[in-house]
Amino acid sequence: MSKIKNAFSNGKAFIAFITCGDPDLATTAACVREAVRNGADLIELGIPFSDPTAEGPVIQGANIRALAGGVKTKDVFDLVRDLRKDVTVPMVFMTYANVVFSYGAEKFIGTCEEIGIDGIILPDLPFEEKEEFLPICKAHDVDLISLIAPTSENRIGMIAKEADGFIYLVSSLGVTGARSEITTDLKDIVEHIRSVTDTPVAIGFGISKPEQAATMCKISDGAIVGSAIVKIVEQYGKDAPPHVGEYVKSMKEAIRDL
Amino acid sequence: MTNPAGRFGIHGGQYIPETLMNAVIELEEAYNHYKNDPEFNKELSDLFNEYANRPSRLYYAEKMTKDLGGAKIYLKREDLNHTGAHKVNNVLGQALLAKKMGKTRLIAETGAGQHGVATATAAALFGMECVVFMGEEDTIRQALNVYRMRLLGAEVIPVKTGTRTLKDAVSEAMREWTTRISDTHYCLGSVMGPHPFPTIVRDFQAVISKEIKEQMMEKEGRLPDAVLACVGGGSNAIGSFYHFIEDKDVQLIGCEAAGRGIDTFETAATVNTGKLGIFHGMKSYFCQDEDGQIAPVYSISAGLDYPGVGPEHAHLHDIGRAQYVPVTDEEAVQAFEYLSKMEGIIPAIESAHAVAYARKLAPTMSKDKIIVVTISGRGDKDCAAIARYRGEDIHE
Repeated sequence: MSKIKNAFSNGKAFIAFITCGDPDLATTAACVREAVRNGADLIELGIPFSDPTAEGPVIQGANIRALAGGVKTKDVFDLVRDLRKDVTVPMVFMTYANVVFSYGAEKFIGTCEEIGIDGIILPDLPFEEKEEFLPICKAHDVDLISLIAPTSENRIGMIAKEADGFIYLVSSLGVTGARSEITTDLKDIVEHIRSVTDTPVAIGFGISKPEQAATMCKISDGAIVGSAIVKIVEQYGKDAPPHVGEYVKSMKEAIRDL
Repeated sequence: MTNPAGRFGIHGGQYIPETLMNAVIELEEAYNHYKNDPEFNKELSDLFNEYANRPSRLYYAEKMTKDLGGAKIYLKREDLNHTGAHKVNNVLGQALLAKKMGKTRLIAETGAGQHGVATATAAALFGMECVVFMGEEDTIRQALNVYRMRLLGAEVIPVKTGTRTLKDAVSEAMREWTTRISDTHYCLGSVMGPHPFPTIVRDFQAVISKEIKEQMMEKEGRLPDAVLACVGGGSNAIGSFYHFIEDKDVQLIGCEAAGRGIDTFETAATVNTGKLGIFHGMKSYFCQDEDGQIAPVYSISAGLDYPGVGPEHAHLHDIGRAQYVPVTDEEAVQAFEYLSKMEGIIPAIESAHAVAYARKLAPTMSKDKIIVVTISGRGDKDCAAIARYRGEDIHE
């Protein structure tokens, strides 16, 4: 059974993304613990990739800093082993297909199961290519998270029907990063998704402010925030953890009772 | 050779964000409709012939042949096309297709600038808006082409991420496409990226081998023994190979940019040094480290300075139908100078990689054998960089 659904049992879910190893793994670990302590329901751990084509400038920068610091995939696994000593909320990896493929899909996904990673998000693995990793994910009880975009239209039903864990609904066209407004008619998309599946729907891309998170959570099951957190880490470096905690608290408070 | 999922053997596919899936599906449907449409093909053929100066010449390089003392050498003169390179074949096809699809804006990546210039040209001709992404490093190496693109009405955006070369220009063009899809066609410049691009680009470039075959039958009454072309992403090479793939006696040889050598880290020879991976929408061979991080490749040639290779080339390599040989910067520069002095033809530094291998290969073959070398582009754009390589600073 998917452990990810636990993230949606505490009111609307706040999902926090953080790039592993920016500026170093110890800071990442402390940021994750602060985020969880302040109400994050699910943690998305970004494994850095040299060429993150779905990311805007903020997360691109975090990837570059992490790789420049020498972070390897196996170091990220060690980070999770450490976090799992006390962190009980669901955790998923967010990375690119080549990171999984080059490590060896069986070895990578098997390790995920062993260390307590509950799902994997790969923005460059659409429905048509999911067979690349899906059978291995199923064998190891790791959810391969599906993404739905504003341009998905006739594809929504097909994707939603087979979705595991939660559905990552991309709020807008373009890459990750804060936006002043989100204009997509997400309500219709969420209704379409809910007509075919009970899998929870969380909205991400462009959300940075508590009121935006609240707007998104009124129509869905959760909000995903990445760039805004990564920006705090960029600004405060090794001193980021309390600032991340404070930010997560303000976001979770805005959506808790919706 | 390609199945419905856009696979070439194990390579190819559509590894792209969900946001772009309907765009590539729409493109595939439009292409499948228009590729057999007589009116579309008539329009494209008129553009090729009247605007782009096709068919390009198949020139017997007599002095070079005598100098090397072996196989007879023919040069397929894609450098004589309008805009000075083979890139125009693909761009005219894609721009016409985009126009039929109702798109009003073209975006493109470019390395050496040849594909950017060709896209800017087609955009000017069709009255479309044009934005070209070019690595900042390449805008310096190829300043003349930046000026040409702007002169043609395109906006050139220097890409300042990563290695600031072709790879980063592709990533940035893909990012831009996800922000604006409804009026914009991504005019990808090589046989790479997600399906259907490797197939579409190949089909538009296949005019090269179609012509070589006809011209060779006319001049020699037989097929050549070997066809050589340079390979970055691999569009002029697949164009030169395509109609010979079923002719098993014709050797197909792709010449990769080895940079400072395949035993160094400063190389872009993907088939020779890369391994299987998934990047830029496709499964293929890529230069990468053990964690799958894409390597910062290097070549003197901005057009070959790419860490991957088109999926059909990866497949032709797997099945042994084509071979891929490394050619260093030094060998390419020597060939650049050699062809200029020997035949009065200044080749693009990219194409000079194929000329360099022809200089090695021809003397090992008997005089009754025939080699065709595709000169994918003209070398004017490279003169300043080659002068610099030789320690001479010239002002353009």
